[in-house]
Amino acid sequence: MLGALGELRLWEIVVLSLRVSLSAVALATIAGLPLGAALAVGRFPGRHAVVVVLNALMGLPPVVVGLAVYLLLSRAGPLGGLGLLFTPGAMVVAQTLLILPIIAALCRQSVEDAWREYDEQLRSLGVHGMRAAATVLWDIRFSLLTAVLAGLGRASAEVGAVMIVGGNIDGVTRVMTTTIALETSKGDLPLALGLGIVLVAIVLAINAAAYLVKEAAQRKYG
Amino acid sequence: MILPLSLEAVAYGVGQKPIITPLSLELSAGASTILLGANGAGKSVLMRLMHGLLSPTAGRVVWHEPEAARQRRLQAMVFQRPVMLRRSALENVRYVLRAAGEDASDSRALQALDEVGLRHVASQPARALSGGEQQRLALARAWALHPEVLFLDEPSASLDPSATREIEALVQAFDAAGTKIIMATHNLGQARRLGDEVLFLHQGRLVERAPVEAFFTRPASPEAAAFIRGELPWV
Repeated sequence: MLGALGELRLWEIVVLSLRVSLSAVALATIAGLPLGAALAVGRFPGRHAVVVVLNALMGLPPVVVGLAVYLLLSRAGPLGGLGLLFTPGAMVVAQTLLILPIIAALCRQSVEDAWREYDEQLRSLGVHGMRAAATVLWDIRFSLLTAVLAGLGRASAEVGAVMIVGGNIDGVTRVMTTTIALETSKGDLPLALGLGIVLVAIVLAINAAAYLVKEAAQRKYG
Repeated sequence: MILPLSLEAVAYGVGQKPIITPLSLELSAGASTILLGANGAGKSVLMRLMHGLLSPTAGRVVWHEPEAARQRRLQAMVFQRPVMLRRSALENVRYVLRAAGEDASDSRALQALDEVGLRHVASQPARALSGGEQQRLALARAWALHPEVLFLDEPSASLDPSATREIEALVQAFDAAGTKIIMATHNLGQARRLGDEVLFLHQGRLVERAPVEAFFTRPASPEAAAFIRGELPWV
């Protein structure tokens, strides 16, 4: 169906997609888990409002995130000097912002539930502060992994944000989803379809991994 | 020695609603103390005030031992619903030993599991154990620490009769080993089997304190008499 050249292009696109999405997941995890955990146990005025906003941000439309990042990174924007617009870096920034709320909100929920259960027992044992946090986070590590994989699923499947800030430049910022959109409109259905299959396979694999990890953990640790 | 424990005009309330009205009492080593009363009488709250999980809104909770870390180290609590860490039974005991800064060797943890008859499930995930086994594991975790005082908050409230008997036998073993038992229950038979003295609570008030036999045969207050006859409306 595809020639050797087409296949090469296809894999370049797949690799770039994974690089962008995995980088975004890594950054969003580093920022999102502590943020979620702090929101779960912290008590400060306005906490409920922050939680509501965070939950709402889980459904952020990718095109809106793309637009916001575009405005930030465009020549005249506040971060225009970085020269990131229309590079993979800009796509990482956009996807990070897109999935940060997902990872943080899911983490907050898991930590809050576990904390409610463990709090008295740990205090009874004289376990406080960092040690208590470490105990709880370790015990819910598989739920946290699920949160991270949810972020990865979202990042690898979205098209709006990377299209706007990446510009869909051939060989530079063209990823699976943007290629599918472009090739479909151009009528090159084989390439679009091939990428579509790869994309669905990846998303399926991520979700299967999440499910299996959770199942195995349930059996092993209860 | 962290005992005796003194409550000096201790009260607790949430907002304008009093949960425990000011009460003073002293608990010393030896006799097993049963907190008795209907649901909502304040048993759990009083126990949490004693154990330091709640801070009184008025009054003071004073242990003989002034140093907070030693106070904490020498008391343990078993909750109505045991909180099992997501790891094996053995690792649950080892966690508690580590948290207390004790020797957390496998042999020491296994010894504690032996005491409650759970050695054979040492490597199983704690959350996969039955309700009765989980509660025994909670007792093993407490046992491993050799506490001077053991608080139990209705430890068998959600267990079947045979599991309840096992828990009671273990509580008696703790008692025989010299641990002060302070237990909340609304099971009159259990109070009689395990208790030496009764603190009877009614709507947040300490209504009566009496040796267990005297309490059941000659209750001094009408509330206690009604509770024993099973006529007390459950508030």
